[in-house]
Amino acid sequence: MADNILEARGLAKGFRGFMAVQDVDLSIERDSIHALIGPNGAGKTTCFNLLTKFLQPSAGQIMFEGRDITDLKPADVARRGLVRSFQISAVFGHMSALENVRVALARSRGGNFDFWRSERALSVFNDRAHELLYDVGLSDSVEVPAAELSYGRKRALEIATTLALDPKLMLLDEPTAGMTESDVARIVALIRQIRKGRTILMVEHNLSVVSGLSDRITVLARGRVLAEGDYASVSTNEAVITAYLGSEHADA
Amino acid sequence: MMFGFTRAQAIGFVVMAAILAVAPFVAYPIFVMQVMCFALFAMGANLLMGYTGLLSLGQAAFFGMGGYVAGYMIQTMHASTEVGLILGGLTAAAIGVVFGWLAIRRQTIYFAMITLALAQLVYFFAVQDTGFTGGENGIQNIPRGNLFGSFSLHNDLQLYWLVFAVFIAGFLFVHRVIHSPFGQVVKAIRENESRAISLGYKVEQYKWVIFVLAAALGGIAGGLNALVVRIATLTDVGNATSGLVVLMVLVGGIGTVFGPLVGAAIVVAMQYYLASFSDWVTVIQGVIFIACVLAFRRGVAGEVASWLKLSL
Repeated sequence: MADNILEARGLAKGFRGFMAVQDVDLSIERDSIHALIGPNGAGKTTCFNLLTKFLQPSAGQIMFEGRDITDLKPADVARRGLVRSFQISAVFGHMSALENVRVALARSRGGNFDFWRSERALSVFNDRAHELLYDVGLSDSVEVPAAELSYGRKRALEIATTLALDPKLMLLDEPTAGMTESDVARIVALIRQIRKGRTILMVEHNLSVVSGLSDRITVLARGRVLAEGDYASVSTNEAVITAYLGSEHADA
Repeated sequence: MMFGFTRAQAIGFVVMAAILAVAPFVAYPIFVMQVMCFALFAMGANLLMGYTGLLSLGQAAFFGMGGYVAGYMIQTMHASTEVGLILGGLTAAAIGVVFGWLAIRRQTIYFAMITLALAQLVYFFAVQDTGFTGGENGIQNIPRGNLFGSFSLHNDLQLYWLVFAVFIAGFLFVHRVIHSPFGQVVKAIRENESRAISLGYKVEQYKWVIFVLAAALGGIAGGLNALVVRIATLTDVGNATSGLVVLMVLVGGIGTVFGPLVGAAIVVAMQYYLASFSDWVTVIQGVIFIACVLAFRRGVAGEVASWLKLSL
């Protein structure tokens, strides 16, 4: 068996009788970029929520680095190095870019229950936070409240915040959704740059992003795995083409 | 700046301390003391509402129990004043540990409903005349006792300086909590709870600690208030008081440093100076509440801060 950082077997999630995800097997190879694609409503985000334990699967098992994480709480999953981003850019709006990243870095302190101490205790993280913000091109916005950043910059900040935890597996939920073309190029370059020594699983609609970045692609449709392989094999797969044409009709 | 005050906040703090230092010579000391007690109570509620995003409708349980315990300890057990106050605060904190543990399991309106229900349990306990709370009569003629067993607090002015000192200490404490590493995490939880979880924070534990801190502040405030007015009654532990503290936070300015004091001053002043309208006071309060929600959503301190483009 290849060196898989994450293995999900027979994953399923039902909502009041409706099966959003069924029988999904997923193996993510270490140090690869793996993309999860599929038409709207295929269950991609549900899969993400299951893997990060924001949702409890109705059936199935999730193994991360050889350990069963099926019954863990989401915060514990994150502590083991499986860190997600969100579809809607998830930043702490009233906190500066620096504070956003610092909150993530401060996790390494352990408890953070010291309400009697000055927040100057966090200034040890300033250098690292500046580095991370530099890496994602936000050096000029260190003190800007996150809510005031442009959409593309919010996504970049979110990636910097995720990177602050030095995750082993990063789950990016539609990292380029709703972005202008120049922002998309920036994020793609950023993902290329941060992939070294990391595994990335991403949900993405933009197929040019998917083809350019991913080593392996899993196609979901109606909650099931439709196909899996590299871009060349998946993009010529009969079932995949049908599913996508259908969704394009629906979108139009 | 010390304690993480911005310049505007530091100036505001000095002005506030100066006004409160002069106030007992100008205004009715009992009134100003009650304002400070309720401000301390509201600062705790503001930690929950403003800084964590948790609406509790049961804060009176802590305020009321703080008053009962302090009153009982000083009157019946002849404890010195500071012991009564500290035990009042600790009792409230202990109740906060249990109530918080239950309430943080739910969010938004469900959280609020659980706090409301739990506070009703405390009220039910207080109604029973067990010889501790005095039932319908409450605890009457509470002696103010002696501070550290020796300094008499019988004189209003002597008590005033104690209330003043506790209020200032509470104010600085709350400010420190907000500007601590813990406060940063709590702020992050308010801003985006899911994101905080995805960073590995066990958000329930942080909410729990904030809940207990707010309870403890409520208990100390309730104890002090019982010394000021020399009675501890069902009013202090009832729903109306829980609503009152929410009103104070909203009118004063939710999530602001000075809002709770401003809100407490306005609401307590209404009760003092509009007392002749009797039942109409609640109607007037209701109108102010509606006006606040509709027109001044940031409350007095919040609106002033945004006019001056400052953080207060």
